[in-house]
Amino acid sequence: MNLDPLKILLQMILLLLLAPLVSSCIRNWKAKLQNRRGAPVWQMYSDLVKFFRKDMVISEHASWIFPFAPYVVFIGALAAGLLVPMVTAQAPLSLFGDVLALVGLLALGRFFLALGGLDPGSAFGGMGSSREMTIAAVAEPAMMLAIFTVAITAGSTDLSHIIQAAQSPNWKLLNPTHVMAFAALFIVLLAETGRIPVDNPATHLELTMIHEAMLLEYSGRYLALMEWGSSIKQLVLMTVLVNVFFPVGIATTGTAAALGIGALAYAGKLILLAAAVVVVETTNAKLRLFRVPDLLSTAFVLGAVALLSTFLFQ
Amino acid sequence: MDNFFIPAFLLNLCLLGYVAGAVAGLLFLRFEKSANIFSFGLAALASLCGVIACVMALATGATATNHTFELLPSLIPYLQFTVRMDSLGAFFGLIVSLLGFALSIYSFSYARRFYGRKNVGALGAFFNLLLLATTLVFLAGNAFFFLIVWEIMALTSFCLISFEHEKEETRSAGMLFFIMSHIGTGCLILGFLLLFQASGNYSFDGFHLLGNSMSPAKRDAAFLLFLAGFGVKAGIVPLHIWLPAAHSVAPSNVSSIMSGVVIKAGIYGMTRVFFDFLGVPPEWWGVTLLAIGTISAVLGVLYALMEHDLKHLLAYHSIENIGIILMGLGASLMFLHSGHQLLASLALIAGLYHTINHAVFKGLLFLGAGAVLHATYTRNMEEMGGLAKRMRWTAFFFLIGAVAISALPPLNGFVSEWLTYQSLLQGFGTTTSLVRIMFPISGAMLALTGALAAMCFVKAFGITFLAQPRSDHARNAHEAAFTMLLGQGILTATCVFLGLFPNVFLKLFDPLTQQFTGQQLSAQLNAANGLVLSSTAAQGGTVSMLGLALLGLSLLVAPLVLWLLFATRAKIRRGPTWDCGLRGLTPQMEYTATGFSKPIRMIFKALFRPHRKVQREYDFSPYFATTVRFESHVEEVFQTRIYRPLNRLVLHTSRRLRALQAGSIQAYLIYIFITLLALLIFTL
Repeated sequence: MNLDPLKILLQMILLLLLAPLVSSCIRNWKAKLQNRRGAPVWQMYSDLVKFFRKDMVISEHASWIFPFAPYVVFIGALAAGLLVPMVTAQAPLSLFGDVLALVGLLALGRFFLALGGLDPGSAFGGMGSSREMTIAAVAEPAMMLAIFTVAITAGSTDLSHIIQAAQSPNWKLLNPTHVMAFAALFIVLLAETGRIPVDNPATHLELTMIHEAMLLEYSGRYLALMEWGSSIKQLVLMTVLVNVFFPVGIATTGTAAALGIGALAYAGKLILLAAAVVVVETTNAKLRLFRVPDLLSTAFVLGAVALLSTFLFQ
Repeated sequence: MDNFFIPAFLLNLCLLGYVAGAVAGLLFLRFEKSANIFSFGLAALASLCGVIACVMALATGATATNHTFELLPSLIPYLQFTVRMDSLGAFFGLIVSLLGFALSIYSFSYARRFYGRKNVGALGAFFNLLLLATTLVFLAGNAFFFLIVWEIMALTSFCLISFEHEKEETRSAGMLFFIMSHIGTGCLILGFLLLFQASGNYSFDGFHLLGNSMSPAKRDAAFLLFLAGFGVKAGIVPLHIWLPAAHSVAPSNVSSIMSGVVIKAGIYGMTRVFFDFLGVPPEWWGVTLLAIGTISAVLGVLYALMEHDLKHLLAYHSIENIGIILMGLGASLMFLHSGHQLLASLALIAGLYHTINHAVFKGLLFLGAGAVLHATYTRNMEEMGGLAKRMRWTAFFFLIGAVAISALPPLNGFVSEWLTYQSLLQGFGTTTSLVRIMFPISGAMLALTGALAAMCFVKAFGITFLAQPRSDHARNAHEAAFTMLLGQGILTATCVFLGLFPNVFLKLFDPLTQQFTGQQLSAQLNAANGLVLSSTAAQGGTVSMLGLALLGLSLLVAPLVLWLLFATRAKIRRGPTWDCGLRGLTPQMEYTATGFSKPIRMIFKALFRPHRKVQREYDFSPYFATTVRFESHVEEVFQTRIYRPLNRLVLHTSRRLRALQAGSIQAYLIYIFITLLALLIFTL
């Protein structure tokens, strides 16, 4: 296994460019489904450029953690993205980390995001940090169980190996085990990316916000890095979901045809998953904070049942 | 001259150094400055010798053959003062010496806070004695000798915990430690008697794989006795109640060594007995250990989250980490049962790697807490805040420790938990029985533990070091003295080293796993010229902390390019935090540690049983209260549901039994006579 700088660079650029598009698309389609016109699908690009150009106001109470956090959030998500196979079955940097490292890198970003929320001393930031860490704590075991289910079936924690195993003919796509693990991970995806039953990404309402509350004091390019980082994180989690459970069409060779099919298949799968997120967000109301653990324990139970069912369906 | 000569020489030097340090402390009882310099100076030199000796012994493989020598001539039958440095002893010796070195340096400045108030000479003497006893616990080659140094370790710990004995809190914590510790030692004595019965002597060499020739019932009894005895010391749930109290009232350098090393004596004992003495284990041993580990990890971190006393919080995290270590050891026992030597080695390495990692980062965090305590005169996090600006270096070191203990890449906590995950996941395929479901469930609980630990340390770091200071003491806090920072710096560097270069360190485990499982794993854990850690399975996962760290640094190019493209003309302005249009934000409006953990308190309220009392005084409407009194606390279920009833029961039966001890000699003579008769009849 060798490290190909070109592949790393290409995947990095793909992550950087695709993530805002996915976020904007979800926002746009949600608006369409709700009979609104919605912002255009390139809205987030303009937002990010505008944020970068703006002057920054930094709280006088904040310490060096405050400017440091956006870089960790952004780079953590970006590095995690390089461990995931996107268009090709072999991730460019899977040697450097497996799925556990991916979870770890995202957790590192979250750790600093929460510290950044606490640093300016505003009560909103503290509240957001507290809730974000709580939800992450309840989501983590469910996520791990679902990941373990596929890792155990594939005999590896390396995402590239898992996907290669998933492409073999005796890996059944609609195996109940995988369906339940997928469902568990889908719920975790909604929680981790702050989607509607858990958090509302479109609101700045004081008492319900989680993710936005931590970002209240950020402005300018730090805000851009934070927003970009979380959209990359969303893309990474979505990619894990679609590629591990539906490795259809993923490029195993480097030929132009394979890559083209891979890119098309990847785009199609992302569109389907994003559409699912849109439907869920539109048809559900936001849960009260203390109802969220119920949802996530459903995910945990799904993961546990998925694991138990490996006894039955092997 | 064999290759053990230098390590043995250094080891003797190390032991002598501790003795000299203790004597120096006692000699200069009345001269606190000299006592400080000599006792901690000698401790630093001695522990440095210890570090070198242990690393050399492990690296050259000198520990593969057991080297023993007599420390003192013995005058009592069965008692031999045998010092035996095998690989396990050398590994734990490395932990105690490493931490001892950093702590001794830290103590130079730290002990100054006791000048004029307390006896620094006594502190130095007990500190040296504790290091000496703990080192000897790991190196004792005879059960009798082991129990003696074990007891010295417990007693010196007690003296150090009770160092500030003028406080009521300290006295009761010390007493609880004393009682629990002796219950543990009682179990150990019974356990060793069982082993003695089977082997006929007290030598550890004679105990090797003894369990294979013992009857299953006695072997199981020995397992349970040792589990309880060492479990008390390690602080497993439900035998942990002494630990948070004792570790937090001690001086911070002592808390650091207690949490970093002394509780690891329990882990050492379990490893020694279960892997070395008791032979091939039945399945339920491993299952029990794994279950206890999982429960300890989850409960430890949950209780830690409820704490707003910084040192209490850290102490509860020790329970959590002991749990994680036991998950590794338990899994290893299960693999030994099913004959998977390779996986058994992997799980053992995971557990022991976490042992040294925990010693390093917990030591570091306690030192940081000590520096904070020194500067703010309080352990209550609700009165801190804003320290990152006032104590920059301490904040940085504490942050590194916090990231490491939360098992986040690229530091050492992640590496050992990664190894634990790997062994648990690969364990699923080793058996077809239903027990195997325990592996992924434990793994999921480990994930829960990790996420909760991250939350807890966001709280600990965020409330302590960030935002505005919440009290005058915090506002006037100052940075710690140089040697205090140096001590923390050494441990920080160790954290980073153990995180970025695990492959270098893993070589030291080769003699150890060779001894217990007959496998050497360091080559199989290596990939890509030692820069990448592999999970030993074919096509298994790989991870490289160094790679990720370098990747992170090189990815900085992306924000830099974006900055050059768009933001070169953007300006930075300092302004107040958004205050919703009120007149300025006060520290009172900041989020508190109690508030931060409230969601978890609500989610797990079945466990915590939170009590909450609010009193309002108001003139015309409850919404415009003039004064509000708020009280909130969680119930400590183990104390109220287990220990208090047990305590009552013991006192009650003692009162009843008192009737027997009426104080009359005649009655006692009758008891003796009856006992004698009974024994005679019994032997007939």
